[in-house]
Amino acid sequence: MPEQLLFAMEVTLNGLMAGVLYALVALGFVLIFKASGIFNYAQGVMALFAALTLVGIQQGQVPFAHLINAIFGTEVHHFPWQVPSLIAIVLAAGVMILFAWIVEKYVLQHLIGQPDIILFMATIGLAYFMEGFGDIMWGSDIKKLDVGLPQGMNATIDQVTFDWFGYGFFIDNLDIVAAIVASLLVAALTIFSQYSKQGRALRAVADDHSAALSVGISLRFIWVLVWSIAGFVALVAGIMWGAKSGVQFSLSLIALKALPVLMLGGFTSIPGAIVGGLIIGVGEQLFEFTIGPMIGGATQNWFAYVLALIFLIFRPQGLFGEKIIERV
Amino acid sequence: MKYSKLAAASVTALMVATPVLADLVFPSLSYRTGPYAAGGIPYADGFADYFTLLNERDGGIGGVMTSAPECETAYNTEKGVECYEATKGQGALAYNPLSTGITYQLIPKVTADDIPLYTPGYGRTSAANGKVFSHVFNFPANYWNAASLAVNHLKEVSGGDLAGKKIALVYHNSAYGKEPIRTLEGLAEKHGFELVTLPVDHPGQEQKAQWLQIRRERPDFVMMWGWGVMNQVAIQEAANIRFPMENFIGVWWSGGDHDVSPAGDAATGYKAVTFHGVGSDYPVFADIQKHVVDAGKAAGNGDNIGKALYNRGVYAAMLLAESAKKAQEIHGTPDITSSMMRDGMEALEITEARMTELGMPGFGPEFTVSCENHGGPGTGAIQQWDAAAGTWSLISDFGPSDMDVIQPLIDEDSAAYAAENNIEERCN
Repeated sequence: MPEQLLFAMEVTLNGLMAGVLYALVALGFVLIFKASGIFNYAQGVMALFAALTLVGIQQGQVPFAHLINAIFGTEVHHFPWQVPSLIAIVLAAGVMILFAWIVEKYVLQHLIGQPDIILFMATIGLAYFMEGFGDIMWGSDIKKLDVGLPQGMNATIDQVTFDWFGYGFFIDNLDIVAAIVASLLVAALTIFSQYSKQGRALRAVADDHSAALSVGISLRFIWVLVWSIAGFVALVAGIMWGAKSGVQFSLSLIALKALPVLMLGGFTSIPGAIVGGLIIGVGEQLFEFTIGPMIGGATQNWFAYVLALIFLIFRPQGLFGEKIIERV
Repeated sequence: MKYSKLAAASVTALMVATPVLADLVFPSLSYRTGPYAAGGIPYADGFADYFTLLNERDGGIGGVMTSAPECETAYNTEKGVECYEATKGQGALAYNPLSTGITYQLIPKVTADDIPLYTPGYGRTSAANGKVFSHVFNFPANYWNAASLAVNHLKEVSGGDLAGKKIALVYHNSAYGKEPIRTLEGLAEKHGFELVTLPVDHPGQEQKAQWLQIRRERPDFVMMWGWGVMNQVAIQEAANIRFPMENFIGVWWSGGDHDVSPAGDAATGYKAVTFHGVGSDYPVFADIQKHVVDAGKAAGNGDNIGKALYNRGVYAAMLLAESAKKAQEIHGTPDITSSMMRDGMEALEITEARMTELGMPGFGPEFTVSCENHGGPGTGAIQQWDAAAGTWSLISDFGPSDMDVIQPLIDEDSAAYAAENNIEERCN
């Protein structure tokens, strides 16, 4: 098999894996948009905050240590214990649920009936607040995230592909784990929305707010629920991305990777987020591999948006988005 | 009577409540927030702690207290310029913005305002030419020195010959990241190695394509010009593709403790160029611990002492403080102005004896600044990371860079700037 074809196959596989990571971020946006029509600008910061909280709990860090020390002249930084990864994940998820409740009670509840743009603006404010709050709570230093996820080249894939093609493909173990986790997450979300009472209520609200309210579904409960799920998805995305680069404030910028995925897959479709992520992942990696070297490289960021725009021209609602028909 | 008593009491209270204005002001355009905070915090801490040390231990510089008021830039060029405009009226003696983008914007402003701009190891490289850049100083080393120092090291580990070798440069796709390319092209021609350039877009969280290409191209060495998250991801990706860490070398801005720590043990062996000492085994750090941290006057909590970026902040502050001292000597007054400070920077002389006196023996090179040369000696060393110990170690002495290649580039670039801005050469 020609060498370039083998390289292209390797790039495609890695693009698919990168796409799964993008899709993980996009999922959080979709969940909230679907249930409430809010484009949650804070989703990237939620991933950062969730990952910061996880590492902080895991390492036994005293929250607000700098503030406490500055006010009381103490020197407290860490508790004398560390928390096992699984318990830390559960506790971090708990914090995200608490966060969802606070957002609903102190932000969303006061904005019911306001235009979408106001709700969007509120999430911008929320994003900056959370970033500053996370900084005060856990500090700005880069934290190593170690929840036992495997990292590095998968030796089996390398060996098998070498035996077949005479060239071993590189696939990162972390990406394989991310793909499995994303699949489980999507399956769980689908089962939840199809077969649970709360899931059906969530779908009802997504279809028609007023109709859902008229049959006694609590909008407040649904919002807390959906922000909690989005918080959990943010935690998963934060773990996967944080394992690659350490948990640091640039993690919030992963939201930029989700936007073209949403444009392509549609803002209201969970499968759309996955398929969109895969198309963007493969598209940008293949473009960088084939065209990148001719035009100076570093094409991934802007090409993802070009790809999304091309899809938008032909299908404005995205691949899986709901077509909105307004009759006048 | 009542009112006059009240007014007197108010004035007294105001005088007591208002902090005494320091005479020697070195504004710190720092970034403790945003995606680049992890690098900005230790640097800002080191910069602030050194000036606090001078106040606490020595009573300031020449008997005049110092201050380093911080203005948060978040590594954003517009905010950096706003910070400059907001603080220059406070009697600022010199600026150290820790950002190449901000530096480029400030060069014409500081020249017009007669305030020196100090950019050690960053900024506009050709500002080393004092004949054109009267108010910009980048001693003791610049980007192009770093590129040459890295190549010198790679040549040394290749048995003195780089002919036929392949070096890949992974760089931040920005003006900063592109800085070394011209120098490396010149060095590639001189030494006969092949240069492969691989840009990474901001912020650099996704570098899969670049590292797959490195895996395919199989370069002998990889050089990195990164900042922020790009550094941590690149080191992790290098470990993932099993690229030998001892063949991976970064510029000093890719050589912070926070750059290597997220990759854990896999980062052991990674190298970076440096223009100052590493670790905390210098008397100055014991002084900082005693007079600043233990006294509760540190900018941070003291955890950053000895870390690469903290040391760089201390070093930058020390060189500015020594320049201020020189300015006081030249002008015979402890109360110097920014214009006098510029004169002090241009006449700075750093000797090993003085470094030892300051508690920093062997921390940096001996050098002299002149009207023509604002860039210093351009020397540097190589540091290597040991993850188990959690420390950098110097694995080379401070050596020279290849000025035969660098000087013509500095002359060419500064001449172009002079022509564009109608600047007449000085120092004649």
